[in-house]
Amino acid sequence: MTQRASDVTVSPPRRRSKYTVAPLVLIAANVVLFALFFMWPAVIGLVYSFTNYTGVGAFQFVGLDNYSKLFGDSTFYDATTRTLLYTVLFVPLNFVFSLLIANVLVSKHAKGVSVARIFFFIPWLLSPIVVGVLWRWLFGENFGLVNYLIEKAGGSAVPWQSNADLSLLVVVVAASWAWTGFSMLLFIAAIKNVPTSYYEAAALDGAGPWRQFISITLPSIAPTSFIVILLNTIHAMKEYPLFASLNNGGPGTTNNLLVQYIYQTGFKSGQIGYASAASFVLMLILMAVAIIQLIVNRRVENR
Amino acid sequence: MTTTDTPRKVDSTPGRAVPKKRSGSAASGGLRRAIPATTLLWVLAALYGVPVLWFVLSSFKPAGDLFSLPLTLFPTNPTVSGYEAAWDSANFSQYFINTAIVCVIATILTVGVSCCTGYALAKYDNKWLKAFFVGILATTMLPGEVMLAPLFLVVRDLGFYNSLAGIILPAVLTATGCFMFRQFFLTVPDELIEAARIDGARELSIFLRIMVPISRPIMLTLAILSFQWRWNDYIWPLLMLNDPEKFTVQIGIQSLVGAQNINWSVLLGGSVISMVPLIVVFLVFQRYVMNADINAGLKD
Repeated sequence: MTQRASDVTVSPPRRRSKYTVAPLVLIAANVVLFALFFMWPAVIGLVYSFTNYTGVGAFQFVGLDNYSKLFGDSTFYDATTRTLLYTVLFVPLNFVFSLLIANVLVSKHAKGVSVARIFFFIPWLLSPIVVGVLWRWLFGENFGLVNYLIEKAGGSAVPWQSNADLSLLVVVVAASWAWTGFSMLLFIAAIKNVPTSYYEAAALDGAGPWRQFISITLPSIAPTSFIVILLNTIHAMKEYPLFASLNNGGPGTTNNLLVQYIYQTGFKSGQIGYASAASFVLMLILMAVAIIQLIVNRRVENR
Repeated sequence: MTTTDTPRKVDSTPGRAVPKKRSGSAASGGLRRAIPATTLLWVLAALYGVPVLWFVLSSFKPAGDLFSLPLTLFPTNPTVSGYEAAWDSANFSQYFINTAIVCVIATILTVGVSCCTGYALAKYDNKWLKAFFVGILATTMLPGEVMLAPLFLVVRDLGFYNSLAGIILPAVLTATGCFMFRQFFLTVPDELIEAARIDGARELSIFLRIMVPISRPIMLTLAILSFQWRWNDYIWPLLMLNDPEKFTVQIGIQSLVGAQNINWSVLLGGSVISMVPLIVVFLVFQRYVMNADINAGLKD
């Protein structure tokens, strides 16, 4: 973490040398990769979104047809609203839990922190596919541990898989569980950087732990909160593997999200042009998210 | 993010009086605070640990016992038959080898390429580099999922369809890796390079003989992250690979889920096997992951 402090002092570029050959040699490999796997696909993706290309053979330009069809397509519309709903549920849940856990982990009073930390980390290591399998196993309607415990406690089995909203909720919980480790790591670093003298001063003034958290910790870690929310939002908008293995977008197709929609139209039914248009809509949403959060962040910081 | 580093060190002196006062009011007060905090910590840890524990313990139950009521936490007749079945039936050993090849090669290339790029971005100054830096930033705005279809066409047209190279090569370009190295090299004093130049060293040998060795911690951190990304990748290998001989572990597991009737015994075994390499890597290199400056730029 020492990089950060010195980064600030070094970064006004002090007379960096005017060499040309050496830096170009150093970045050559990455430039080639960038051109092949970023520029080229980005350009043809944009071009194809105005065509009826199927992936093979000839194609025609169809103007804005793909886009207008997209907005008339109720499946696309459903996938988009479902994706937004998933994001709106996942991001706050992940935020609250990772912040809570980060606070407990940096607390001087809690015992066994170094061991407990591993428990929060392992879910983050698991692949989304395995996380999906794991939660499918826990939330099985007829055989799952969760329904078993509910029935033991006198309740009746909950239709975790066949009710569309509950099914989405299980994915939200699973995703939040899996991503806590990552967000928590960012929060721990931020909380540790809050000067302890602030807390000592507040304690002398008689502020309790909750008051200290609200008035010192939260404002001090605002930039990190912003990063966590931004990254989690972008991550959630692109979610697919977790759904694939947990409920396969089910029941039926109610929980098909955007990336799954792109995958299905593009690769299952060979409508590359149409899928490219859907991709660009996803990109516009992601950029809008980034810009909105940037503006909000600037406002918060200027206050 | 870059501002608050110094105060922690500074306040150790003025704050000294406070801990003394606290230790005066002593053990009972400490215990009173320790109990709720520790309880909360371990309740949360259980919330995160129990699902995995339940999953792993279930994988040792014989297929017949998986659904037998009442459910028990510990398997009464532990067995590894689910593991054996997974390993044999789904061609898991082949998947494992494929995934290992992808992870190792992609990681080596990612670390190498990112190190070169990060160094150039940090220590040289010309307009091409600035333009390329903007380009790298742009890659974080357009994640792979957005470019699924066109990227697929490009990689297919380059002749990499249905090959492991088609999975590895697009993955080598990572903004995160470049940013991590750039941040690190910015902290290395320019005087070090100047001195080497005065001694007559050539630019690339300065990089190879001085800069590469000192960046070892960053290399290790990025290597662990890269290994994790590639091990857990799903959608891109799914698109790229057609031949079951070339499948990766994640596709193998997902194909078990897709089956009409899920064979849970095999699925649990296969899933647990797939977790092992990452957990081993993590436990061995834990401190590098924990200290990773992953704020630097984040995309896989």
